[in-house]
Amino acid sequence: MIAHAIFFYVFSLIAIVSAIMVTVSKNTVHSVFFLILDFISISCLFIMVGAEFLGMIMLIVYVGAVAVLFLFVVMMLNVAQQTNQWLLSQDSSGHIPIGLIISALIFFELIIVIGGWKYKPDIFISNNLSISNEISNTHSLGQILYTDYIHIFQISGMILLIAMIGAIVLTFRQREGVKKQSYIKQISRERSEGVEVLEVPSNKGVKIND
Amino acid sequence: MEYLNTIFQEIYKILFLLVPVLVSVAMIVWLDRRVWAFVQKRQGPNVVGPFGLLQSLADALKYIFKEIIIPASSNKVIFILAPIVTMTLALIAWAVIPFGENQVLANINVGILYIFAVSSLGVYGIIMGGWASNSKYPFLGAIRSAAQMVSYEVSIGIIIINVLLCVGSLNLSDIVVAQQEMWFVIPLFPMFVIFFISSLAETNRPPFDLPEAEAELVAGYQTEYSGMMYAMFWLGEYANILLMCALGSILFLGGWLSPIDLYPFNLIPGAIWLIFKILLLFILFALVKAVVPRYRYDQLMRLGWKIFLPISLIYVVLTASYLFYFNLLPTV
Repeated sequence: MIAHAIFFYVFSLIAIVSAIMVTVSKNTVHSVFFLILDFISISCLFIMVGAEFLGMIMLIVYVGAVAVLFLFVVMMLNVAQQTNQWLLSQDSSGHIPIGLIISALIFFELIIVIGGWKYKPDIFISNNLSISNEISNTHSLGQILYTDYIHIFQISGMILLIAMIGAIVLTFRQREGVKKQSYIKQISRERSEGVEVLEVPSNKGVKIND
Repeated sequence: MEYLNTIFQEIYKILFLLVPVLVSVAMIVWLDRRVWAFVQKRQGPNVVGPFGLLQSLADALKYIFKEIIIPASSNKVIFILAPIVTMTLALIAWAVIPFGENQVLANINVGILYIFAVSSLGVYGIIMGGWASNSKYPFLGAIRSAAQMVSYEVSIGIIIINVLLCVGSLNLSDIVVAQQEMWFVIPLFPMFVIFFISSLAETNRPPFDLPEAEAELVAGYQTEYSGMMYAMFWLGEYANILLMCALGSILFLGGWLSPIDLYPFNLIPGAIWLIFKILLLFILFALVKAVVPRYRYDQLMRLGWKIFLPISLIYVVLTASYLFYFNLLPTV
């Protein structure tokens, strides 16, 4: 059990320190790397409490896909060279009060939500968690997700699909004058329409309609 | 004291797995070059040792004694971390590969998800290397490979769902045991083909080696690397290729099971069968490298998103409905 506790504290320490470093580090790309480290240590914590499926999905979805896109955007915007000087400079000191007000608002909202939440009475006794050793974590999750919560699950899937279609519709535009390769056209081309044999009169040439 | 004993036992087990993997990575590089040469009617490496078997060792020695050059304008910490990340991720995935009944380092319940997660992390080594080099070609190569690996992971994930529908478990040993009656390559043959092609793309092998297309990008993300750091990238890449071959043989070719369940074949240990299948898939990888020309980038993306993804999705529906209709769904 001691090893378990040591690992738990190591991972939580890494998670907290890297979460702080996300906001503190001056280089934006470094921030994203710290965010990835944070995700990884949190998924390790998930695995340690027995939620192996959640931990792995966290790794696959957040680290393997979302953070890659983050990194992409940050690298492409070339904000790496910008240093976070504006906090210290004189002319932009007006940002600080606004930021403080907004963060205080979010903080109080979180306190209200967490304080008003109804917890199970035995929340702090981990023995009473309904994790059984006979059925694996993935199976029990699937059984709950596809029976009791199937409607919520499907509705959230639909919402994601709509968001995806919306993003595509918003960014998609048909550009004029772009030559595109049509595979079907290429494959179905035949000799009769591709090649034309012409009698070329000498000294006159032929006119090719382009 | 007991505690130390377990730790030493685990370390012994890990070394017993890692050393053969590293040695076989070196051998596989030699095999790759020999197959490539054979197809092109060349000799290939045949000077160092018998049949040139020690060529990779000689190359490794050369890399060790070369100077490591770190570009002055690079981001030094990330530059050094990148090959380490690549190498580590390529090696830790081997922890869950079963070489036989109960012959596995970590028999975890979500083995296939673990491999999938680790291989999806593999892209970070490349992005980090490409970005930290602070140079044009590495950056272009890194961006290409990130887009490529993210795209092909999607179809690999859906192909894995096909297999999981037939098994009903995420454990790799269970997946192999479920193929006792029939290897999944027979009912899921189209998925096997798509898995093979996607794993070519996932490991940046030709014809999908755009991240390191030497004609356009010098060497892609590896351009600024030298000496041992380059060798680590290179070892990690081949360890990843071996891993994808192992995954393919576990998912579709029955893992450690022998092809014929009869007397003389039963005696051969499962690990040998698995190694044999991995080698078979790897020779296919090497042949493809020698035969096929490189894809254009838009063709690569089209293949991934417009062809492989729909086909594998349709196949998921087909497999699920077939299993449901004939009441073959695996029970928990």
